[in-house]
Amino acid sequence: MCRAGQEPGPHDADHDKNDKTPHAAFAALLEDSVEELYENAPCGYLSTLMDGTIAKINTTLLDWLGLEGEAVVGRMRFADLLTVGGKLYHETHFAPLLRMQGEISGVALEIKEVDGGRIPVLVSSVVKHGSSGEPQLIRTTVFDARERRAYEQELLRARKAAEQARKEAEADRTRLQDALAVLQQSLLPSVLAPVPGMEAAAHYRTASPDRLGGDFYDLFPINADRFAFFLGDVCGKGPQAAAVTSLTRYTLRAAAVHDPDPVSALTTLNQVLHERYTGDDPRYCTTIFGTLDPDPTTGQVTVRLASGGHPPALVLRGNGKAEFLPTPGGLLVGVLPAAAFSATTTVLDPGDTLVLYTDGLTEARTSGDRTALYGEEALLEFAAGHAGRPARHVIQAFTGLLDGFGDGLDDDTALLALGVPARTPRTEAPA
Amino acid sequence: MDIERRNNVTVTGNPRGRTVVLAHGFGCDQNMWRLTVPALADDYRVVLFDYVGSGRSDLSAFSEDRYASLDGYAQDVAEVCEALDLRDAVFVGHSVSAMIGVLAAGMAPERLGALVMVAPSPRYIDDEGYRGGFSAEDIDELLVSLESNYLGWSAAMAPVIMGNADRPELGEELKNSFCATDPDMARVFARTTFLSDSRDDLKAVTVPTLILECTQDVIAPREVGAFVHQTIPGSKLVTLDATGHCPHLSAPEATNEAITDFLARLR
Repeated sequence: MCRAGQEPGPHDADHDKNDKTPHAAFAALLEDSVEELYENAPCGYLSTLMDGTIAKINTTLLDWLGLEGEAVVGRMRFADLLTVGGKLYHETHFAPLLRMQGEISGVALEIKEVDGGRIPVLVSSVVKHGSSGEPQLIRTTVFDARERRAYEQELLRARKAAEQARKEAEADRTRLQDALAVLQQSLLPSVLAPVPGMEAAAHYRTASPDRLGGDFYDLFPINADRFAFFLGDVCGKGPQAAAVTSLTRYTLRAAAVHDPDPVSALTTLNQVLHERYTGDDPRYCTTIFGTLDPDPTTGQVTVRLASGGHPPALVLRGNGKAEFLPTPGGLLVGVLPAAAFSATTTVLDPGDTLVLYTDGLTEARTSGDRTALYGEEALLEFAAGHAGRPARHVIQAFTGLLDGFGDGLDDDTALLALGVPARTPRTEAPA
Repeated sequence: MDIERRNNVTVTGNPRGRTVVLAHGFGCDQNMWRLTVPALADDYRVVLFDYVGSGRSDLSAFSEDRYASLDGYAQDVAEVCEALDLRDAVFVGHSVSAMIGVLAAGMAPERLGALVMVAPSPRYIDDEGYRGGFSAEDIDELLVSLESNYLGWSAAMAPVIMGNADRPELGEELKNSFCATDPDMARVFARTTFLSDSRDDLKAVTVPTLILECTQDVIAPREVGAFVHQTIPGSKLVTLDATGHCPHLSAPEATNEAITDFLARLR
């Protein structure tokens, strides 16, 4: 019982009868001896000089250590009671902190028993200052922390296991991302086929390194004079979308060799996708497919293209204007057994550039709260600002635009620019 | 990169005086020099900093590879000297920093013109014919002590220790904060420190060097002080009437006197 106050308790009536005060009752428990309290407290006590020399130590702590008072007082320093690792810790952390703060509490250390055993303890110290403020001695309490240490060891073990699991998960994630990047690259052409009299450039932006995107593009020769290109977007993401992308690419390339007419190529793709992905896993895509017929004498390139539900291509004219190339009525590819696709034709003069893109660009979230979409109108205005520039500059500008969207870019974005370089003035002296 | 921010560089003292760089050792941070700065501030320009991974340094700049050798820490010193464009400065290094100073003086000889080594040890683990004071097992034990004591460090508190103003709710000064280190970084520093062997580097020291040792120091025993003194040509050894490994805290007057005395004789 440790009631310290003077308030009468429930049994005080009896005490009064026996002429006993509460103090007398406590005295009977021998708790009036400060010396006894100090020596046999349930924790270790010691006082040291500022250099660590032990000046006073209680019986509890001596018993833990298995030492006699005479062997310790004036002969040992506090650090001598510690394990070597503990000494290092004491010198590098404990002592400096105590010097500078005047106190330190709850530091986990180990003390050495005389027979070589170790007791984990929690140590707290305060510096006692003299009347003029100079540090005089250090008072230290030492708590037996065996139970607590066992518990902490469990926590540490669990923490390490969790840390290990996290590291492994991160390594797995990196491996997965690497594999996905390779797979993603395999869905895109490693180089764009060189087209005589034209300059081509492309860019692919993955919205998430954890997921395969569904955008694709290509540029390849059909014969010596004619080239084909396409760019599109498969619905969905991930491995299933990548499988559709792969099928779409190879189908379009094969179809183009068989019959390069754009409507015909898209019709073939529609049949293949519809046949492959019927039932409860319908898959479809939007795409623009086209052919390029360069005319070496005029420098012009005739573009024939058809669209299956894809956002309209942009033409950046050499005179600084930009326009959409509408292909109205084209349906999503792969949804219906027989879909209609609409075609259109344009001629690129020197200085003109055709730009294809996927809706990741037009559907990027803009504005402060990220709710408004970028949209075709803004895109047209942006494109006009770069009309007349070479294809690679246009792609650079568009890449910068994507960078500017930051986390407003939710979807993958593919960009393909096919330009006819402007004629260089003949007045230049040959190099 | 902003080196001054990365290493939490503080410049104080007399701007016209010779520059003295004070480098903390393993354990805490530049606050360890709290009792030294006032003794130097009138006559010297004083530069303080925290090694990356300690104190209020930029923890994001920490790399286990770089700081797995003392060269990484010496690079911190060389970069701080370069950022401040120091010439012929005096480097005062405590404990392992004394050895880091030796390496840094080799990297940037025109920037560091004298060394003060406070309780140095070029090798902590005993070797044939050499007593460093510790066995390899002792060092493992220290690593366990480090793991058991975060001294108030926690991921949540790190921004405060780092002095991050974004979290004013944690604004009060933390107890133990200047000795609180990310346990992973402390472990790297401890390993690098206590497994290092820089005995051969001592011979290359050509600048005036003062060695300060304590009469009783479990981390750097007297034999080690004598070894450093014998190995560095022309060095001066002063044995301070002090115990422990941090004479600049436990016996600041004697330590400051030895340092200022040495500085006054430099020309």
